Amino acid sequence: MAKKEYAFYPGCSSQLKGSASNYLTSVDSMCKTLDVKLTQIPDWNCCGASIGYAESGELPRHVMNARNFALAEKHLPGQDVVATCAACWLNAKESKEKLASNQTLRNDANEALKEVGLQYQGQSAIRHMVEVLIEDFGYDQLKKPVVKPLEGLKFAGYVGCQTNRPFGINGESFENPVYLDKLVEAVGGEAVTDYDQKVTCCGGALAFSEPDKSQKQIKDIVESAYDHGAEMIVTPCPLCQANVEIYQGEINKKYGTKFNMPVMYYSQLMSVAYGGSAKEAGLDGQVIRARKLEEIAVKVVKK
Amino acid sequence: MSESLNQQALARYSNNFLREVEERVEEGEWVKMCMQCGVCAGSCPFGPHWEHSPQKIFMMIRAGKREEVLKSDSMWMCTSCYNCVVRCPRQLPITQIMHGLATYAHRLGLAPKDQPTRHFSALFWKNCTQTGRVNELKLTLGLYFKDGLVSGIKKAWALKDLGLAMLKAKRLNPFEILKGHECQDKAGIQRMLKKAHEIEHKRRGFKN
Repeated sequence: MAKKEYAFYPGCSSQLKGSASNYLTSVDSMCKTLDVKLTQIPDWNCCGASIGYAESGELPRHVMNARNFALAEKHLPGQDVVATCAACWLNAKESKEKLASNQTLRNDANEALKEVGLQYQGQSAIRHMVEVLIEDFGYDQLKKPVVKPLEGLKFAGYVGCQTNRPFGINGESFENPVYLDKLVEAVGGEAVTDYDQKVTCCGGALAFSEPDKSQKQIKDIVESAYDHGAEMIVTPCPLCQANVEIYQGEINKKYGTKFNMPVMYYSQLMSVAYGGSAKEAGLDGQVIRARKLEEIAVKVVKK
Repeated sequence: MSESLNQQALARYSNNFLREVEERVEEGEWVKMCMQCGVCAGSCPFGPHWEHSPQKIFMMIRAGKREEVLKSDSMWMCTSCYNCVVRCPRQLPITQIMHGLATYAHRLGLAPKDQPTRHFSALFWKNCTQTGRVNELKLTLGLYFKDGLVSGIKKAWALKDLGLAMLKAKRLNPFEILKGHECQDKAGIQRMLKKAHEIEHKRRGFKN
């Protein structure tokens, strides 16, 4: 299959020593196997996230995203923009929709972009990495490179909010999306198909400002994964990953629970299944170690 | 400045708060479309914590309850989960309206003073626009130390295990306190955003 090329928008948390740096590590490994070439948009900026609204206003927020699109159109023409972060994808997509439907807003955005010598044309599509996997490859294609099926491992697919609402993945329902379960099955794992917290909100950015309220949400998410016999949680969102993983210790202190559930990215599962080492899959970036995946990662595959 | 902005808004819209919201709040023109079914109220993950549901906020806007709406803490409880948006039978952009109301209340200086998400939201925007990329360490420290040094040290100490674990996992960089990831054209980004704010203020009828 021919090499696929995309304009890559990694987002702030994926950068070196960022809170989701192991996400990027595993995406690189996964893409190497799938022969996908990701070229970072030169000098990309933050999408503004969903939490910047107090001071962002409307136009400045859209302009931040329009700058990234304009840079992609200029330097990587014809390539779809691909984001790995749920919030980056959502905000870029929302800006693109708003700028497409509102001529005044688009003119205003271009007026502001003159300050940096750029123009927004609205040509590049914006897609999440999961969309690339499902739509440009498909589950059957994704199965082919599997050399170490994740047999005997049970995963709770935690989809969360922002890859699911308001846009979602084409063909999936908001209340019960199944793509993550299908990805788990494609790499030979077992999916908890009746995981009832799969689209529950983890609190998002409010995990910082309202920790107690958010940790209540996270407690439900982890507890249900245990109740359904899952050994690990898997998610497509860097904020979901961080929130659900790193606050388990705090929740244990507050509620007397004994949570110790690894929370992985889909790309880490794929990297390991495709024969990547623990390091290539970013398993060393877990706060709660995923021992069973580490065991699979060190196994030698007989050819 | 916010005090005079508020006076100016009061003078301009007198008793018509709905019109004020329609003209000055992002997606505010949709408020009148709410049919008061309450699905948003029942769909919000932070439902038990706010004073007024989106449904109530929208009715209060129509009833002209300007002070109560703009001083409400409800908009600041939005986690941006978009549950309300996808479930609204009228497909109103409820999340965006709630954000828009929060922005407006913050701009007029009427939003609740010690609201932690208000503080964090403003901090986040300043943080990410300063260099074009988020400095995660400064963002976290800015939140912990918002009430001063002593309270900040206490909060940081309480979460020290978490910080150390992130450090060990190489997902936290202590040197970001000096210099984090940045865009090359951060000066351009500043100019671009200044311009965008100017245009938006003009469009929304704010005096500077």
